[in-house]
Amino acid sequence: MSEVHIVGAGIHPFGRTDGRSGLDQGIYAVREALADVGLEWKDMQFAFGGSSAAGSADAMLPHLGLTGVQFINVANGCATGGSSLLSGYWAIKSGEFDIGIVTGFDKHPRGAFNPDPEASGLPRWYGDVGMMLTTQFFALKIQRYMSLYGITPMTLARVAEKAFENGSKTPHAWRREPVDAKTILQAQMLSDPLTKYMFCSPAEGGAALILASDKKMRELGLKGPRVLGAAVRTRVNGSFEVFSPSLDIERGPSPTEIASKAAYEMAGVAPTDIDVAQIQDTESGAEVMHMAENGLCQNGEQEKLIADGETRLGGKLPINTDGGCLACGEPIGASGLRQVYENVQQLRGRAEGRQVENANIGYSQVYGAPGLSAVAILAA
Amino acid sequence: MSLSAAAAQEADTPPMAANLFEIAADGPHLIGGRRKSDGRVVFPTPSGAEGQKYEAVKLASEGKLWSYTIQRFRPKSPPYMGADDEKTFQPFALGYIELPGQVIVESRIEVDTFARLKIGMPMRLAIVPFARADGKTVSSYVFRPVQ
Repeated sequence: MSEVHIVGAGIHPFGRTDGRSGLDQGIYAVREALADVGLEWKDMQFAFGGSSAAGSADAMLPHLGLTGVQFINVANGCATGGSSLLSGYWAIKSGEFDIGIVTGFDKHPRGAFNPDPEASGLPRWYGDVGMMLTTQFFALKIQRYMSLYGITPMTLARVAEKAFENGSKTPHAWRREPVDAKTILQAQMLSDPLTKYMFCSPAEGGAALILASDKKMRELGLKGPRVLGAAVRTRVNGSFEVFSPSLDIERGPSPTEIASKAAYEMAGVAPTDIDVAQIQDTESGAEVMHMAENGLCQNGEQEKLIADGETRLGGKLPINTDGGCLACGEPIGASGLRQVYENVQQLRGRAEGRQVENANIGYSQVYGAPGLSAVAILAA
Repeated sequence: MSLSAAAAQEADTPPMAANLFEIAADGPHLIGGRRKSDGRVVFPTPSGAEGQKYEAVKLASEGKLWSYTIQRFRPKSPPYMGADDEKTFQPFALGYIELPGQVIVESRIEVDTFARLKIGMPMRLAIVPFARADGKTVSSYVFRPVQ
């Protein structure tokens, strides 16, 4: 089996780029990644690509070159980017391929999605009475968590404040203006306890990563972080997921907890080894809960850790150093790859203006509907 | 609402779906499904072939508030079918209620003051009319704090 390294990384700025299709943002990211390593499209032996709302990913091929490359479209809900990475990781680890690319892009319409109850296997009345909103799910999950573990609304505001502060230092971020915690707390309430600044928005963007075996990497004279472990896991009984008219009284682990444990085990590292982490922050509360679900702290410790600034740049464990989904938005096909892109930049010492000193181990986790999570752990 | 008034109302306004709730001698109940293989209780009972694996179970009409939120903006239509519009929309509470020994169900919540809601407080089921955008009124279910 081969060791797998990420030797090149490219990104198209996230946010809103009027006049440029999602596909073109994906192509832009691929070209950036190729330029990063000085290679051409014809050098890629495989590609895995995903897009949720901007067409088929392999529509990139006529633009990049019809080289006959193995191109596989990946669709796995909100964890599409993480799943593309995992697919590329296996392709090289198995010894079948030496070098290839994983990519994703998206361009979502403005505002929240219009879910269809029947497409989710739910009765129509559930949508009729106004209970089919993703925003409600996030609010319900954090509201209970706050009550169980003593997390305050100020902590939610501080998470968003940090996101916008980090976003202001990140060229690929969308929200680049700092917003203070008081403004965040007093902003329009959307679904208690979450105000409008505490939610991320659907957006646009593209990201691409070039993966290579250690042998190929040396042959080409390249360098890059090694993928120590990567895992995707789905929901089990007792997991709390979006659009659930009922829940089991006996609670179970979340898909994030399962994916996280599997990735730590593969990587042979412990949560205390992590130097920088990018974790799913669909809204402020998700970041708080995912800190514990990823083993980065115990339930309830977030209140003090966040108040003490330990998750900010300069803290003990900087989280979402590029502003996360809150500052970058969430283009589904690209979002998980953005997290890994940011870790690659951090581990290569290229995160100018937001660099975590001596970053050696980077952790990323993307979570979403209908209840799945993808984790990747990298070492510099 | 007295039992006879509830029954009268149900006669006027058809339930928003079949097999969702019933009004028994001791008041209204949601109808859940108990999986024959392992006893897992769900709400509502799955439809179609999956439903064959379940038997109907009368759910407790009282439980404890498990979590809640307030829907502050009018949900998008579709799927929302409320008769209100952007101007007349009134924020509403919703949440999960744990029915002891059975299941945790999601429900709209009726409460005079949102600030009264506290996780763990006792809640009771009620059947209420729901005015739809298509001019029809159906009966729906809510939970209310036990006075």
